[in-house]
Amino acid sequence: MLRALRVIRIGWLLQLKTMARSGFDVLTAIVTPITYASIAFFLYRRGGGAETLLWVSLGAAFMGLWASTLWGAGNTIQRQRSQQTLEFAIAAPTPFLVSLIGTSLASSTVGLYSLVATLVWGRLLFDVPLELEHPILFALSLPAAVLSLGLLGIVMAATLILYRYAWALANMLEYPVWLAAGLLAPIALLPGWVHPISYALAPTWGAKAVRESVLGGSPLTAIGVCLGLAAVYLAIGFVFVQNFERLARERATLALS
Amino acid sequence: MVGGVLSYRALFNWMQPVVYVPTMLGGPLFQILFFAYIGRASGVESDAFFVVGNAVQVSAMAGIFGVAMTIGGERWTQTLSLVLVSPANRFALFLGRALPLIVNGFVLSSFGFVVGLALLDFELEASVLPALAACVLVTTASCTAFGFIIGSIGLYAREIFVAANLAYIGLLLFCGVNVPLDELPAWMRAISEVLPLTHGIQAARLVADGATLASVDGLILREVLVGVGYAAAAYVLFRAFEAAGRRAASFDNY
Repeated sequence: MLRALRVIRIGWLLQLKTMARSGFDVLTAIVTPITYASIAFFLYRRGGGAETLLWVSLGAAFMGLWASTLWGAGNTIQRQRSQQTLEFAIAAPTPFLVSLIGTSLASSTVGLYSLVATLVWGRLLFDVPLELEHPILFALSLPAAVLSLGLLGIVMAATLILYRYAWALANMLEYPVWLAAGLLAPIALLPGWVHPISYALAPTWGAKAVRESVLGGSPLTAIGVCLGLAAVYLAIGFVFVQNFERLARERATLALS
Repeated sequence: MVGGVLSYRALFNWMQPVVYVPTMLGGPLFQILFFAYIGRASGVESDAFFVVGNAVQVSAMAGIFGVAMTIGGERWTQTLSLVLVSPANRFALFLGRALPLIVNGFVLSSFGFVVGLALLDFELEASVLPALAACVLVTTASCTAFGFIIGSIGLYAREIFVAANLAYIGLLLFCGVNVPLDELPAWMRAISEVLPLTHGIQAARLVADGATLASVDGLILREVLVGVGYAAAAYVLFRAFEAAGRRAASFDNY
């Protein structure tokens, strides 16, 4: 157990350093969330009050968090594949799932920047107030959200072990999850058949937990669901990695890029 | 044209249906739905506003990322030096590589309109289709010209996709795609005047609402001028960065 935690910590740190040295990752992380946040502020400020703008601001922050998780999930294995290191990583005695956890959590940790950037951007340029209703629960909701998003990233990353074009699907999943998770438009506006999908997504509950801890409400339920979903994603990720790794070995597709 | 088609087939050989459908069709589909629902939630503008704005804007995906991938792809396949050492006319090289991207951008925009018609509260009269197609074609071409600015930078700089990504989302914010231009501050409106898309989207919205092509000729002309301006600037940059790349021997770096 301690060995696994050590691998997760080192993987997390290594991935953070890698992302911090990538011009693409850094600039995308800086510009993307504030651009979308600006669009949302311009649209909502006509009819919405200060509380609405704060609701929007937190939703836009989660857009960045999800984008970062998705990018990390899609890119990590693809990068290993193109650098021809995926076979070594899978052949290593350490379970591949353990190394995936560290890298995926790093991607969602980087996404925390989006939260800070979006809130500061909103405060400075659009006069969006920032007063925390439940500061302690806010501090609890952030790691819960990062954990659940990061472990959802593992489920997606696992599919890349077997399907080398899964990055294309990962690229596509940005907008649908932003939409289904109700980040900038309430879930209630979406067709009924979308709601079960919304409630199975970590960003829905992560955003709900953070919004309720900032705007008021009972965020403990959402925090609990985040942690529950994280456990479910981990279990699914475990099954996916086990099976996709076995199939990829059988089909000898790991080295194909 | 032959060179353009051949280079497109060579550089985009990975663009199989399994990649094209999720990235080039799935992305625009959900982009349109996402902004249309924000519009509904915020009470700003109708579905038609967001459908037309985003359907035209997604053509920039082909124009900007396509050009970035064309230059980046030549670098990746180690053919950039070979292309640039050849005596081929640079303008022909330039134009040849643009044509397949313009066609692709047009297809993406058309798909965006189909999404709006099928899934949102958006209608189009059949009679406006030719004029709308003209608006989309001009806008796609001007976006591709803008993309060549990014592509030219890619002759010298390696991180071209950073620039392409920033340019793409910048257009989303500045060009009245989702935010009505009168909601933007004056300095942003001033920038939008010299960006591709702004006038093309305005023209497309009017045409989709029933206006004739003749009544939006001023907007179309401005979109054409913006596109020509970017094409000329891109050509100059292309030659300048080509010379700089030769001096720095940076064509094969990636």
